[in-house]
This record gives sequence, C-alpha cells and structure tokens, in this order.
Amino acid sequence: MRTNLVSEASTLSRRDLLKAGAAGVLLVSFRLPVAHAADESFAPNGFIRVGNDDVVTLIMPQVEMGQGIYTSVGMILADELDADFNKVVLEHAPPDEKLYANPVFHIQATGGSTSVRAFWMPLRKAGATARAMLISAAAQQWNVEPSSCRASNSEVIHDGSGRKLGFGALATQAATQTPPTDPPLKPLKDFTLIGKPIKRKDTPEKTNGTAQYGIDVMPAGVQFATIAECPVFGGKVGRVDDTKAKAIKGVRQVVVLDDLVAVVGDSTWTAMQGLAALDITWDEGANVAIGSAEVWDALRNASKGEGVVAKEEGDVKGAFAAGERYEAVYELPFLAHAAMEPLNCTLHVTNDACELWTGSQVIARVQSEVAKALGLPTEKVTAHNFLIGGGFGRRLEPDMAVKAARIAQHVEGPVKVVWRREEDMQHDVYRPVYHDALAASVKDGKITGWTQQITGSSIISRWLPPAFQKGIDIDAVDGATDNPYGIPNVRVVYIRAEPPAVPTGFWRGVGANNNFFASESFIDELAHRAGEDPVAYRVKRLDATPRLKAAVQLAASKSGWGGALPARRARGISAQTAFGSFISTVCEAEVDEKGEVRVHRLVSAVDTGIAVNPDTIIAQLEGGLIFGLSAALFNEITIAKGRVEQSNFHDYRMLRINEAPKIEVHLISSTEFPGGIGETGTTASPPALTNALFAATGVRLRRLPIDREALAGRKPA
Amino acid sequence: MITLTINGQPRDVDTSPDTPLLWALRDLLGLTGTKFGCGIAQCGACTVHVDGEAVRSCQLPIGSVGGRAITTIEGIGATDAGSKVQKAWLDLEVIQCGYCQSGQIMSAAALLAHTSNPSDDDIDAAMAGNICRCGTYVRIRAAIKKAAAA
Amino acid sequence: MKRPYWLALLAVIILIAAVWIIYVPGPLAFAKGGSVALADYKDGNPTGVPAKLAKDDLVSRGKYLTRAADCEACHTAKGGEPYAGGLAFNLPFGTLYSPNITPDKETGIGNWTDADFLNAVHKGIAPDGSRLYPAFPYTSYTMLTDDDVLAIKAYLFSLAPVRREAPPNTLAFPFNQRWGMVFWSLLYNSDERFRPDPKQSAEWNRGAYLAEALGHCGECHTPRNLMQALNNRKKFGGAVTAGWKAYNITQDKETGIGSWDDETTAKFLAHGHVEGFGTASGPMGEAIDMSLMHLEPDDIKALVTYLKTIPPISDPELPVPKTTLASAFPKAHEISENERGAMIFAGACAACHGWSGESPVRSYANFVGGRTINDPSARNVAQAVIWGVTRHSPEGEVTMPAFGKAYSPEEIAAVVNYVTARFGAGKSHITAQDVVKIGQQASQ
Ligand code: FES
Ligand code: FES
Repeated sequence: MRTNLVSEASTLSRRDLLKAGAAGVLLVSFRLPVAHAADESFAPNGFIRVGNDDVVTLIMPQVEMGQGIYTSVGMILADELDADFNKVVLEHAPPDEKLYANPVFHIQATGGSTSVRAFWMPLRKAGATARAMLISAAAQQWNVEPSSCRASNSEVIHDGSGRKLGFGALATQAATQTPPTDPPLKPLKDFTLIGKPIKRKDTPEKTNGTAQYGIDVMPAGVQFATIAECPVFGGKVGRVDDTKAKAIKGVRQVVVLDDLVAVVGDSTWTAMQGLAALDITWDEGANVAIGSAEVWDALRNASKGEGVVAKEEGDVKGAFAAGERYEAVYELPFLAHAAMEPLNCTLHVTNDACELWTGSQVIARVQSEVAKALGLPTEKVTAHNFLIGGGFGRRLEPDMAVKAARIAQHVEGPVKVVWRREEDMQHDVYRPVYHDALAASVKDGKITGWTQQITGSSIISRWLPPAFQKGIDIDAVDGATDNPYGIPNVRVVYIRAEPPAVPTGFWRGVGANNNFFASESFIDELAHRAGEDPVAYRVKRLDATPRLKAAVQLAASKSGWGGALPARRARGISAQTAFGSFISTVCEAEVDEKGEVRVHRLVSAVDTGIAVNPDTIIAQLEGGLIFGLSAALFNEITIAKGRVEQSNFHDYRMLRINEAPKIEVHLISSTEFPGGIGETGTTASPPALTNALFAATGVRLRRLPIDREALAGRKPA
Repeated sequence: MITLTINGQPRDVDTSPDTPLLWALRDLLGLTGTKFGCGIAQCGACTVHVDGEAVRSCQLPIGSVGGRAITTIEGIGATDAGSKVQKAWLDLEVIQCGYCQSGQIMSAAALLAHTSNPSDDDIDAAMAGNICRCGTYVRIRAAIKKAAAA
Repeated sequence: MKRPYWLALLAVIILIAAVWIIYVPGPLAFAKGGSVALADYKDGNPTGVPAKLAKDDLVSRGKYLTRAADCEACHTAKGGEPYAGGLAFNLPFGTLYSPNITPDKETGIGNWTDADFLNAVHKGIAPDGSRLYPAFPYTSYTMLTDDDVLAIKAYLFSLAPVRREAPPNTLAFPFNQRWGMVFWSLLYNSDERFRPDPKQSAEWNRGAYLAEALGHCGECHTPRNLMQALNNRKKFGGAVTAGWKAYNITQDKETGIGSWDDETTAKFLAHGHVEGFGTASGPMGEAIDMSLMHLEPDDIKALVTYLKTIPPISDPELPVPKTTLASAFPKAHEISENERGAMIFAGACAACHGWSGESPVRSYANFVGGRTINDPSARNVAQAVIWGVTRHSPEGEVTMPAFGKAYSPEEIAAVVNYVTARFGAGKSHITAQDVVKIGQQASQ
C-alpha cells in the first residue's frame, strides 16, 4: 500500500483493505447514505445534521468502546466540513444496516480495527458534500461565485467582501441545494484537526460519573434481573425449585426457559440473591464429557488432516527439497473477553413492540435478532446504542440481547438483565484454540521456503457467511498470508477445526493474534539458529517492506537494543504488518530462578499512515500491548466436564498497575492511508515477550500463557 | 428504612441491610457512576469513599455503613483532591472505555488526600486493586503525579 | 550381668513403650472423675436435644442432632447436594470419598435398617460387614445414645433421595485392606455409650456430650498417635487435619483459649468470628456454619463450661497473637523485603483486608488477633489463599475467592509470607513446594 493520500483516497480498494489485514470482505462501492428525517435543520446525509442554532451534530456510525473513535470519526467529518469542533455534538447512530454499514463488512459493525480505514473516505466525502452545500447556499444569498467563498470554523466566508454567515444561519437554505456528485476534498496540508492531538469528546463525562453505558440505563419503572444458563455448554434446564428464592424480600419473579433461568427483583442484588437461592437441576447433555484434554486432542488430530491452501507463491516443494528444514508448532488457548462492563441489556417488551437499550458493536444485528426472537417485524424493535465498557469483540455478538429479550418477554414493564461476572466469563464466545505448524527451508543463510499451517475455528463462517469462501477463513489466516520477510516460496494452509462444545468468537487482535505469535516466534528461532541478532536478521529481510523496516529500526534504537542488561533480563522483538499498520515492539523482561517473570519495559514504533488523532493512537497501543501481555502472562480458559473452570478476576487474572511495564510508543509520521490501530498492540506484545524470555533463559515457549515451570527449568517447555 | 449520607445528602433506601452499597447506589438511588465489575472486591470498579477512605462498595453491606459519609464519583469533584485528579485525567487523556475510571479516580483521589506527593510505591499500593482492562495504567500513574503537582 | 536378663529388660521396655504409644486414655479421662452409666445418672439428661426442643417430632429432633453432629460438612461435595457425599479426603496414603447418606436406595443408605445404621455409627461396620475408615469419626459417635442415632437416621430418611455414586477410593496397599480396621477398632473403639461424670455439673456433662459424642471436636483438635488414634494425653492441644491446622483449644493462656472470657468463647462458637480474635475459616468455618451456628444458646454455654475444664497444653509453635494494627500504608522497605508478596497483596488482597489488617468492608476479613495470621507455619493462611473461604455472617455470606488456580505456588508463598510478616506475630518462610503440598492435603 504505497500510494499517496490523494490518489489513495479515491481508490480505497478491496486489495487495500485485505492487504491492510482487515477481517474484511469486498468493498464494492460505497453509497453516500442519505438521511431519513428531513426537518428544519440541514441533514445532507446520515452523518451530519446542522441545526439553525449552529449546533453541528455528527452521527457516529461506529460505536465508542474506548478506542476514541467518536473523536477520530468526528474529527474526520468536522475537518472536511470545516466545522468548529467545539460546537460539534456527537450522537450514536440508530440501527440501520444500510445507512451505517461498515464498508468492510457490509453490515453495521465496529470491529477489526477498521473504523478509520473504512470510513476515512466516506466520511470525508460526507463532510465535503455538506461543506459544498453550505458554501453554495451562502454564495446564493450573497450572489457570488461559490468558488470565491470558503468555510472555516462553522462559518462560510466571502473573503472579497469580508461577509460571513454561520452554518446555523445557512442551514435551511443549504438543505435546498443539490448535493454535488464529487465534492473536492481538502488537501492534506489544509487539515486543521486531523493529525493534531485533539481532546477526546467522550472523556469529560467519564470522569464524573455521568457517562451512560448500557448498564446504566434506567427507564421508568425498570426492574432488575440476572441470568443463569446451564454451566455445561448446550445443557438445558431440568428442574427448578424456586420456593426459597421467592421467599426473599424483593424477589419478584422467576423466569424459567428451556435453556436458562432468570430472577427478577427490585434490585440487581435481590435478583442475584434469588438466583443463588434457586435449586436448579440442570440437564447437562452430552458435552459434560468434554474437557480441555479432549479439546486439544481434537485440535491436534485435525491438524494432521488436509487443509485448504490460502496462499501459494513460488515453488515451495522445490525450496524445501533444496534447503535445510526447520519446523516448530505453536499453540494458543481459549480466552475470554472479560470486558470491565459485564454483559447486559435492558428491554421493554410489549405485545407488538420492543424497545431496548444496550451497548453493541452490531446494533442493527441486535435489532433484527431480537425481533426474530420475539416474532416481531424488525422496525417494531427500537434499539438504542450506548457507550460500551470494553468490547474487544464480545459485543460483535447479539446473543446477550436475544437472551435478555426472551426473558423480558415474560416480564411486565422494562427489565434490565445484568450478567454476573461469573456468568459473563462462563458464557462467553471464546477466542479459539489454535494450532500453528510452521516450517522453513534455509539455504546459504537465506529463507527460501516458508509454510504456515493454521488449524482452528472459523468465526467468519458463522458471523459473516458470505465472506467465508472456498473453505478459507480470511480472519483465521490474517497476518499469515502477508509474510513481510521477502521469502520467495510461501504456502499458507488453513484447516478448519471447530472445538467440541465451546463457542468461539472474535477477540481483540482476531486471527492476527495467532499468526503473529507463531510467525514472529519462528522468525526469532531462525535468527537464533543462524546465530544472528534478531533485529539485524529481520532488518536484512525487510527491504520489500520499508515501512516495517523503519519501525523495527526505530523500536530497536529507542529501546537501546544491544545494550547491556543484568543477568536473566533481556530484550525480545516482534514486527508485524497488521490491520494496515506497521509496528515493531521491543519487550524487556526479567525471569528469576523460580520462573517468575517481570516485564520492565515495552517500546513500540508504529507507522499507521496518517495519524488522525495521534494521542489516541498512542493510547490504543499502550492499552493493546497491556491487553496482549495479560493474556500471554496469565490467561487460559480451561474446560472440565463441559464447563469453563474460570469465573472471575481471581482465577482469570488481569495485569495490574504494579505489574505493568513502562511503555513508550513512537509514531512514525506518514502521509500514507490511515491504518487500523485498536488491535495492533495486542498482537504485538506476546511474541515480543516470549522472544525476550528466550533471550533471558534459553527456554523457547511455544504455547501461551507462559509456563513458569519451564522457564525455571523444572520441566521441558 | 436505612438512611445513608451520600455526597453530603441524606438518602433513604428501603431494602435489606445486607444489600451491598453498590447496588443501593446504582439501582435504588440512580447513582450509576459507580460501576459493577466483579462483585468480589477484585477489580475496584465500584470504589467509593467512606469517610474519605477508598472502599469497594460491592462488598460493603449498607447495614454496616451507619452515619459515615459516602462520596461517590458524582460528588468527588467537589473535593480538592478529586477535582485535581479529574483534571489531570483529562489533561493526560487517561480514559479509554472509561468503565473502570470512576473507580480509578476514586482510588486516586483517596491516595492524594492521604499522601500529597505519592511515590511509585505509594501509587502501586493504592491503585493495584483497580483493574483497567483497556490498559490505561501508564497514564494513570502519570496523571496521579500530575495531579499531585497541581 | 547375663545377656538374657538384658534382653528381657529390653523386651519389657519396648513393650511398655509400645503399650504407652498404642494405648491412649479416653476422651474424658482428663476430668479424673468417676463415670456412671447414663441410666444411673440422676442429674438430668445430658443427651438428646435441649429441653426446649424435647417435644418436637422425631425428624426435627433428628435435624438438630444431625447438625450438632455436623454430618453435612463431610458428606457434601464442594458445590454438591447436601448429604449426597463425594467430598474427597486427601490422605497421605490415597484419597477417600465420603459416601452418600441420602435415602437413595442404590447409591445412598435407603435400604439400611436401624440396626445397620447403629452398627455403622457405633462400630464402624457397614451392612455388608466391611469396615469403615475412621475418617468417619465412629470412635466419637460411638458415645451417642441409640435414640439420638436413630433420630439422626429419621432426619436423613426425611430428605429427598439423591442419586450420586461416590467415586472409588484410591488408597494404596495396605491401607486399602479394610479388614485391617478390625484390629484398629478393637484397640480404639470403646463401643461404649456416653458415661456422664456425676462429680461434674449437669451443664458440664451436656457440654461433654456435645463436644465428644456429637461435635467430635477432638477428631480435629487432638493430635493423633502413630496408629492414627486420638492421643488424649494431648487432648485438644492442636493438630493438622485435612491440611488445615486445628488450633489449640485447651486452657493454655498463651497458645490456647485460656485467656478468652466465656462470652468470647461462646460468641466464637456461635459465629466463628469475634472482633480481635479472628475468624474461623477452613473446616472450622464449616463446622460453625453448618453445625455450631445452629445450636441453642444453652448448648453453646454448656460447651463453654466444658471447654473451660480442659487442662492447658502449650503449643510450642504458636506465639501470642499480635493485637496491634499494621501501618495504614506499607513503607518502601517493607515492600522491598518481599516485593512479589507486596505486589500480590496490593492487587488481590488489600481491598478486603486493608493495608492495616482492618478490613474496610467486612469485619470477618480483619486480621488482628486471629490465630491464623499469627501462626508462623502459615498453613491456614496458605489454605485460605489457595482454596478460598466462604462463611455465613450476620450480614450475609462473606467470601474470599480461591486464588490457587491463577497464582503460581511461588506467588502464593510470597504473598503468604508477606501477610504473616506484615500482620502476624512471627513471619513465615514457606516455599512454593510447601504451598503445593499444603494445598493437596485439603479436602475437596
Ligand atoms: S465490583 Fe467491586 S471490586 Fe469489582
Ligand atoms: S478504561 Fe476501559 S477498563 Fe479502564
């Protein structure tokens, strides 16, 4: 992806998005959405509304879950519109699969680090269109050529005469203008917001308790409920004795469905107390025979089968016949999302309609799935979207809303269903287990051949069936098909293997998590086998990917790569082209003789193209790196008797502030098309960590989470 | 009926005394700035002040609060330490999803009220009980130091 | 001197030593009083239910006695149906599972006759003639009257039958040879019903019946001899049972409960928690919640009266509990001494226990004055960290989560050593290996 901004801007293509690493599908064409409602205000499209009061309302097609997207998206719109950002108000988009479809997925979805990439052009066009119409309205009033007018800070200005009119004053007349088909976009140098560290719009309310998340909604007369599903996946409710529960003061209702039980009370607490007092016998079903051992056996067996070739380049067979062969297998465990805001959904279901309040990454899908579950036409379901207290992929699913709706159907008046943390963790859709077999052929110090065989679940086939083509899950192979090291003969094979019993879903970093852990560990192994420095080894091979090469060099130099460190403390590096961004990360970690690890420092260098809001990009990386580190150091969801063994933060640990490393993020300034950033840190830190641990101890960990016993030399890795 | 003193105001709640303060605040009094994260005192999302001390409201039965003064995120801006912390949080753009941040701010404000110039160790001791799944720790540390200097 | 003489002397000495080791005094021997058969005791009835409940029907009386005998704690698996068995006892020579004692005909005791039940409870003999392991405290229960045993049976038979097969025991040879228990029983099971001591008060005798026959306190609190029988020479002197330390409950002032006033002892028995005296956790916590908490105040008083007569024995391993709070925040040097322990405490523990050891949320989480935190073996601290604690308090359930799954043994050792050093009278030095070993001993 090496075009300049202007030409890139008009030709955002499938190739770009796929190459950018999106978990994406065809971007055919993007129709500028037209707003539904027409009132006094000027609403040229689904993203912009200019009121007579001068307030510019921007409708946010992507949901805010911490990634700062409201501000970044708002900046893109406002910059092209030349609106005064201080007068801009943001609004959650209502559900509308067409109007607010993510151009990558063709449905209304926030995920895959696509928001800025996918909406960059459409939003700029939306802003530019509105600007052109406001200018043309002013020109009409003043009877001058539109080209002699310009917009700035929510005003249209005629420099020749010094006349000015505010957007508000122009709104009514602007609404009568014909929208231009190809409004001119601003040249890069004229951006007033993009590229500046702009303060986030969503944060002031988050410091004083007034921000509203889905879980905070309080419709009048709301009751509170909590839910329990059979702890064994796929199990059903057998018998429920609710005598004790109903005796608790404040417990109002017990809802028993075939697969779940809910208690409704006058507070979430009474509902929880009621639930604890229920005597439930579950009909556990066949999955009760499944444990982690069965899961891993099934995965490893599947890995011995035939797969589908996701990429074939050059003469792989020939390369392996001629070179020396190295191979290694890497494995990753199930992971839970464990977002801080537990699953919840508030609904009011009546005979012929439903109103719901929740935070979702797929609000339109929530609307349609709830409608389906309730037997209502979609338009009878009014869905309000809210801030999300951490999504990480969990809220790309509508399951929680559907379950809550099935409960609400039996409740008079509005009811807020809140999952207990334990229930949230034990009824997640889990990051799949993966098995990656890598092999390389090396001849005369060159990597001549490379194969990566990925065995794992296909989430795409369930979540976005049209994108699952020819047996290839484009997400599962994401990152593997783009090896940056200039290897001439490459084959990537995908073997679909659905784990028994356990439902799988997207998890921050998606398929790239798996593939970069494997490939960046393996390239490190090859470097060490060759007796070469891991940074030099990478740099030598990155001529064809100069942006990544620059990132590696910058990360290495900023981290003091090569500088002396105390015994048992070392640096490791990772490099990746992920989600359209180029990032390299150095991890400095220490292992004591007992195998306990302390991560001291992470240094990342990233080229993410045009940095819309640079400070947000740095924040996203800091957070993403920590997210990946928590998983690499601590996390694995294990299964016993068909149930998840972990339940809350005491047994599914999160990195805490006193365990967190120092982090430095260095942005490489760029005028390239913007890349994704929300997930890149998560995929970057685990291989950097295990590479550092190898450098410190000589122990190569090929599974996550890290094995302290192996690091201490008490057992083989 | 139990009377609690919240952000300087007496508030009555009619529920059993074993109800954790968290749920009385959120569900019965509509003070939803205090968040539910784990319910077992492991995450800190529900942190409030009781007589100036940072306390996990998910584990504090309202029956044992008595006349002690409760301060929540909705009221912390009225305190000196609280307003400094809020400002530093915004200046350094600490917040991501924000769900943990009510608790983070409450813990930080309690720390600063005790220790005007906290060291890294002090910050660890006061803040390690607050999980941030978005990983804003680097900025939390920096913001506490900034608030202390303000 | 001639050789045979020496040999004979040696043989006699060995015999005496062996007898001294093998023979143990009875549980009430310490009182040095004479005893009489129950029928001959004229000062009221120390057995059965308190007078207040005497008129209740058989099942209700049985329920009281079943609780007093704390059957539920052992006969319930973690998270399982009450009395359906399946709790694992991890013994040095293998694992025993408690049986299902609900009236299920196939997997429980639904087919047992009164005689079968009496035989099991008094003699440790199952209906098929096989011998029960003394993890089932029949050497204590043997003191129960027939009426009381049958009342318990009536209560158990009033429960809904639960189908649940106990997993097979995994004892190694020779411990899997149940017939071996014949000899053990001959030595250690008196097979004698409770004999009151006419020189003691009626209250004392009731206390003795509650403590010895029903509550079987000695099974945990009295050390065992080489033959695994209770060594009543050290009655209630403290012992390790199921991986937890059952502390010294003799009248020793420093290391027992000799300095507790009656009110404190009574409160502790009834609640498992007294401000400044700590909180019962582990098996004692269960005994409180499932058994002692349900006793009538008069019975608690009787227990106190009885306990007050237990001769003091000092436990050389225990210091006098520290009664002062730690500082409000840790000092830098305290952290650097055990950095990892401090880190974990800050993250996972301080929110409930407070940096001073005084909980900001639940008095049950206070450390001050408690035996556990002041025990430099740190055994119970480690168990609590690994397996967690759940207790009923007047303010609802209090739970400490089980950290053993997500924290490494190294980390647990570090945090345990940190808390004993910070809050206790003597700091512990347990290792990761100790943590693994201790954790495995707990019943699960
Ligand atoms: S909700 Fe109270 S600490 Fe997590
Ligand atoms: S900001 Fe999202 S959990 Fe902390």
